[in-house]
Amino acid sequence: MLRKSFDQDLQRVRDDVLTLGSMVEDATLKAVAALKARDLKAAREILLADKEINALRFSIESQLMILIATQQPMAHDLRFLASVFEIISELERMGDYAKGIAIINLRMGDEPLLKPLIDLPRMAEKCADMLHRALTAFMEEDVTTARAIPQEDDEVDALYEQIYRELMTFIIADPKVIQRANWLLWAAHNLERLADRVTNICERTVFIATGEIEEMDTKSDEDLLPPE
Amino acid sequence: MEQPLAIEARNLNIYYGDFHAVRDVNLPVYKNKITAIIGPSGCGKSTVLRSFNRMNDLVPGARVEGEVRYRGKNIYDPDVDPVEVRRRIGMVFQKPNPFPKSIYENVAWGARINGYQGDMDELVETSLRAAALWDEVKDKLGQSGLSLSGGQQQRLCIARAIAVRPDIILMDEPASALDPIATLKIEDLMRDLAEQYTIIVVTHNMQQAARVSHYTAFFNLGPQRAGMLEEFGPTEKIFTMPEKKATEDYITGRFG
Repeated sequence: MLRKSFDQDLQRVRDDVLTLGSMVEDATLKAVAALKARDLKAAREILLADKEINALRFSIESQLMILIATQQPMAHDLRFLASVFEIISELERMGDYAKGIAIINLRMGDEPLLKPLIDLPRMAEKCADMLHRALTAFMEEDVTTARAIPQEDDEVDALYEQIYRELMTFIIADPKVIQRANWLLWAAHNLERLADRVTNICERTVFIATGEIEEMDTKSDEDLLPPE
Repeated sequence: MEQPLAIEARNLNIYYGDFHAVRDVNLPVYKNKITAIIGPSGCGKSTVLRSFNRMNDLVPGARVEGEVRYRGKNIYDPDVDPVEVRRRIGMVFQKPNPFPKSIYENVAWGARINGYQGDMDELVETSLRAAALWDEVKDKLGQSGLSLSGGQQQRLCIARAIAVRPDIILMDEPASALDPIATLKIEDLMRDLAEQYTIIVVTHNMQQAARVSHYTAFFNLGPQRAGMLEEFGPTEKIFTMPEKKATEDYITGRFG
């Protein structure tokens, strides 16, 4: 077996991507838990943790560039390294969504929650679970799982719609709560976007394994356009 | 969108005595393209290259079956003159091998023995320019070809090959004896030459194949150590998404 050290380097990249993913998963769950508990100290810790997420992303990026420059990767190795550039950028953005929820929490200051959070933690659980399994599929290059996970994005979207409708009824009933409703809506929107980025990771996993780019976004353009 | 062919191996089998060196090769070579032949040592790359201008005729015990189609004819047909084949299909070797003669004579020699009637000075200049060597040697054409650096000698050999106006240039590891800068010069030159000529290059250097060629043929050792064509395709596809696992394993350094 040749290329022992290259294989070790690739494994280190894989491990670091998994670590980065775990940090993002953790930040997402903690951000929503802190919001639910109105725990401002925990929210500040999430802001600090995001700096570590960014630092790890740049460290992986630098490893990728060194490997490309020194190993001249081909075929699967090349697809892997090019895709990891994309995946770590997705993870870093997902970390920003978690940070965004922590910032909302801090901005709310002393204001109480408009309502007890039920669907938002469920949404966060679902997102974290999808991300976790997407990264496992990435590690194992499991194409079947990578193709299946984006289908679950509909559940996240459904929860988002539900939260949206619920908050609208609060606003209609009492327009004075607009600001407090908006905070929660922003948090929900962050989670909805986070789940979309899980789909991008799954697309990359399939590309690494097969060389084919498959669009996996389950939302069609028609769904996104306003009704005629 | 099929490209025009310059030359093509069809069911090519090559033997050295009892040894079946190359088995059932079908390889299209497209006009004005650079085709790289890569593969592990002993897989028949150079043997196949040499079969494209009947250089194997000069190897004792070598025998060729199948066809090499060039301009609608099998170059191994009995009525084909191998000397004429080699004029149309030139060759550049691994180690630069200029004649121990002047730079001028190195280039003029092939044309002269082919009875070239035109302006020899002009032919020498055009060939040296085409080989990107003119500016470096124009003031010392009378000096020995052996006085040049390795990279210059190799470009002199390329000038010598193109002076007889071939269609196809075969290159057997043309840069393996050169330093990286001289190597890049040869690679640039190959790209320029491909506008006029068809080039087939055997190389051990995969990055070179990836950089310089339009098509790549990956040869591998088959049963009984016979060389065989494992995969052929556009270079960008071979190096990003090969179809065969053996190709993937070779280009990513898992064997060879």
